[in-house]
Amino acid sequence: MGKTLSENLFSQRAGRDVSAGEIVTLQPDFYLSHDNSAAILKKLPAMGASGLRFPDRAVIVLDHTVPAPTSADAANHKAIREFVDAQGIERFYDIGRGVCHQVLAEEGFARPGVLIVGADSHTTMAGALGAFACGIGRTEMAGVWATGELWLKCPETIRVELSGKLPPHSFAKDLALSIIGDIRADGALYQAVEYCGSGAASLSIADRMVLCNLSAEMGAKNAYFPPDERTVEFLGATSEDFTALHSDDDATFVRRLGYDLGSIQPVVAAPHTVDNVKPVSEVAGTRIHQALIGTCTNGRIEDLRVAAKVLAGRKIAPNVRLLIVPASARVYRQALSESIVEVLLDAGAVWLNPGCGPCLGAHEGVLAPGEVCISTANRNFRGRMGTPEAQIYLASPATVAASALAGEIASPEGYF
Amino acid sequence: MGRVFKYGDDVNTDVLFPGKYTYSVSDPEEMAKHALEDLDPEFIKKVRKGDIIVAGKNFGCGSSREQAVLALKYAGVSAIIAVSFARIYYRNCINSGLPAIVHAEAVDALQSGDECTVSVDEGVMRTHRGEFTFPPFPPEVRAILEAGGLIPYLKAKLAS
Repeated sequence: MGKTLSENLFSQRAGRDVSAGEIVTLQPDFYLSHDNSAAILKKLPAMGASGLRFPDRAVIVLDHTVPAPTSADAANHKAIREFVDAQGIERFYDIGRGVCHQVLAEEGFARPGVLIVGADSHTTMAGALGAFACGIGRTEMAGVWATGELWLKCPETIRVELSGKLPPHSFAKDLALSIIGDIRADGALYQAVEYCGSGAASLSIADRMVLCNLSAEMGAKNAYFPPDERTVEFLGATSEDFTALHSDDDATFVRRLGYDLGSIQPVVAAPHTVDNVKPVSEVAGTRIHQALIGTCTNGRIEDLRVAAKVLAGRKIAPNVRLLIVPASARVYRQALSESIVEVLLDAGAVWLNPGCGPCLGAHEGVLAPGEVCISTANRNFRGRMGTPEAQIYLASPATVAASALAGEIASPEGYF
Repeated sequence: MGRVFKYGDDVNTDVLFPGKYTYSVSDPEEMAKHALEDLDPEFIKKVRKGDIIVAGKNFGCGSSREQAVLALKYAGVSAIIAVSFARIYYRNCINSGLPAIVHAEAVDALQSGDECTVSVDEGVMRTHRGEFTFPPFPPEVRAILEAGGLIPYLKAKLAS
């Protein structure tokens, strides 16, 4: 019987035939952690470990509270830098490099056939480039650091067959939120989500990152697009440079879903759950106080180009703050070279450094009680942006930009 | 033998252990005091060593914070039986040495106050409502549970 991509990867690494549901002990190729590395390294002594078994497999990116907003955060960063030096960890990216998931992609760690674990729930994003990537807890990451291995259950797989092309005013974010709305926040619990079909081929790597990132909000263990020409092109590699794994034609899928991209319309996830998905038209007119474009979910150059298209030559509404958080320094630099930085500044936007800041309510744009924010990030849980008395709507960069201009939630349709 | 505390679907990590205590509370006894604080304030007054949580689907959804498991464990909970678990929560249970058992039929049958014995070794739950068997944990998981969690498990492993 055929195997899914996950079953093929687990079988290859375990050196035996592995099917969904089986647990095997595997050695990941890369371990991703961020500011929480400070908490992880403190757990090593209790395990009787003094450091990493394979320091060259750790990728540490400071992104969650950068630059440090409090002395306690600064002390954490300091402890991490000292640990990185002492351990000889070379794949360390200090503040300003970008959000960890984006850095993992830009630096070529996320690629077909690799196994990545990350101490962050949105580690699923690396599957956009064909990796098997899943989130784990902190103690578990300490265990991976100490031993180089962990137990993993081979997941069942949901296959999402995509056809057609997205309408000009609809984006990968609208598709991802539509799927979450349909299958709910636990719709892919423990499972892998495979995106395939002619519609998948039409999606850019940036689009794929949005879908794999947000698959975590379906409860997925991992999510991926089987590698194709776009993957090879993004990596600047040849297909001989990596071992691409795919699902066999006769693989068993636990569930099959189909979406015609042409039917996807702009949507929002309304407060306070990611699966509370509604057409933009249903909430249009809702007054907003802040608009946020960026983060690991939608902070790539493609997203900023969309924002610039909506905002060029226009001004955001009075009493609205528009924050821009590029996903990485590389994205920021590209936005500079395309004059997008200037276009958005002229429209009234505030540029923040690459990082996670406002998305998790850490700093750089938290909300006041009673305020409403429309954001391109990935969670709208109560309290997520600093106070339980604020409301967060999730949407595409186009919808967020259109809303910033209107001062209320608005459809981007007229701009495309 | 433990008594059952039964809850519904989608019990999230914020009601299991409120985020506001995440960085300020680390003492086990103190952590236990806040277990299920925002869902069932009576829980911590009634719970005794060995008691069992029974819940619906997607138990432990939300944050990856391990305190959402440890608070229950420190409060005396000896096992959690649910229709399904959020996956990072499930792993955190195993790694904290707390058996997490997926069993929709048992969840359906068991009611708050029932007495239940869970034998991980035998793969069976015994109650006056009947016996419910579950497949044994795989050796990798069982070894961690038997050691009392990932930290003691790895400590012994690394020492040998």
